Amino acid sequence: MKRSKTMELGVGLFMLAGILGLLFLGLRVSGLTFSVPSDTFRLEANFANIGSLKPRARVTMAGVTVGRVTAIELDREWYDARVILELDAELEGQLSRDTTAAILTAGLLGEQYVGLTVGGDPEMLSDGDIIRDTQSALVLEELIQQFVSNMVSD
Amino acid sequence: MIGRILSLGRRGCDVLEALGRSGLFLAQSGVGIPSREGWYLWLRQMHFVGVLSLAIVLVSGLFIGMVLALQGYTILVDFGAEQALGQMVSLSLLRELSPVVAALLFAGRAGSALTAEIGLMKATEQLTSMEMIGVDPLRRVVAPRLWAGFVALPLLTVGFSVIGIYGGYLVGVEWLGVFEGSYWGNMQASVDFIEDVGNGMVKSLVFALVVTWIAVFQGYDLVPTSEGISRATTRTVVYSSLAVLGLDFVLTALMFGGFS
Repeated sequence: MKRSKTMELGVGLFMLAGILGLLFLGLRVSGLTFSVPSDTFRLEANFANIGSLKPRARVTMAGVTVGRVTAIELDREWYDARVILELDAELEGQLSRDTTAAILTAGLLGEQYVGLTVGGDPEMLSDGDIIRDTQSALVLEELIQQFVSNMVSD
Repeated sequence: MIGRILSLGRRGCDVLEALGRSGLFLAQSGVGIPSREGWYLWLRQMHFVGVLSLAIVLVSGLFIGMVLALQGYTILVDFGAEQALGQMVSLSLLRELSPVVAALLFAGRAGSALTAEIGLMKATEQLTSMEMIGVDPLRRVVAPRLWAGFVALPLLTVGFSVIGIYGGYLVGVEWLGVFEGSYWGNMQASVDFIEDVGNGMVKSLVFALVVTWIAVFQGYDLVPTSEGISRATTRTVVYSSLAVLGLDFVLTALMFGGFS
């Protein structure tokens, strides 16, 4: 069976190009990184209404992403939403106990995310603690309802 | 009336028989330890179905990416959401367009050629002669082509996606003036490697198997006349395209339809 070097070279380059393309799709298009998942710690926050917050949503502080939402479940005791946040381990012991969590919206129609704001309490939150002071998502219908009832009472 | 029912039954039996033959055919030619020579045969077919299909696939990918960006831009700009262009181009390419269009092009470019080649071998009794001298034509002729198609199409699909996204970048960023950071940034934020790239690859592997299988089986199973070859070549393209589009719906429903 004779085979030409150019054919082998062509097939080799073709397969190499395919693998490089897959790498491009991984790194440039879907933004994978080879860094090991950094250490994280867990916080919980209960919200009266989470709007359309989803797992994997961003958790930000002053607009900087510091973690993500890992799970959302119904708290059967209080019948509100328990949101579990995973934050960078660097922040462990750095957030004061009266840190507030709010569900914010990126732009007018954008996705929802959690924004944290630190308070002034000298005690700090640690792994597994619960954020007490939370602010629910803005639900348009409730907003309109409030507006209408204010109009009526005026 | 009875005659109609009879002919319907005969057609049904024919279809079932063909399906059974093609299943046996796939099993017999797919398995078996590749010899050193089989490797060279495979290489030769990779060159034919893969490297030589590269040009048509890449050019189509470039133009489809460019058209997607152009059409997407004119719609998105109405909502002030032209920043989401990268996301739209990459997701539609990775999930849907690359696997399907690459498979359709592959069926037309390589599948029909495989059918015609094997069909002519059968019509000129080369396959029978191989059997006479103790060479299994399934392993010698069919298996390398089957494996080459199975490997080549996913690679072509990757090329299609990459060049399509680059084409979208050319039109969206370089021509229409979408901010470059938001083109790549929104893309990276919304594309998930396993969910989108991985599922696209799974689709492509399925299409590769189906298209190559149909092509080589039609070639192997045809009526060995010149008319038979032309019919089989047509059937290859028609059946492969229908199978790809039909399977694409099923796979999309399974992967992205939320049934799990």
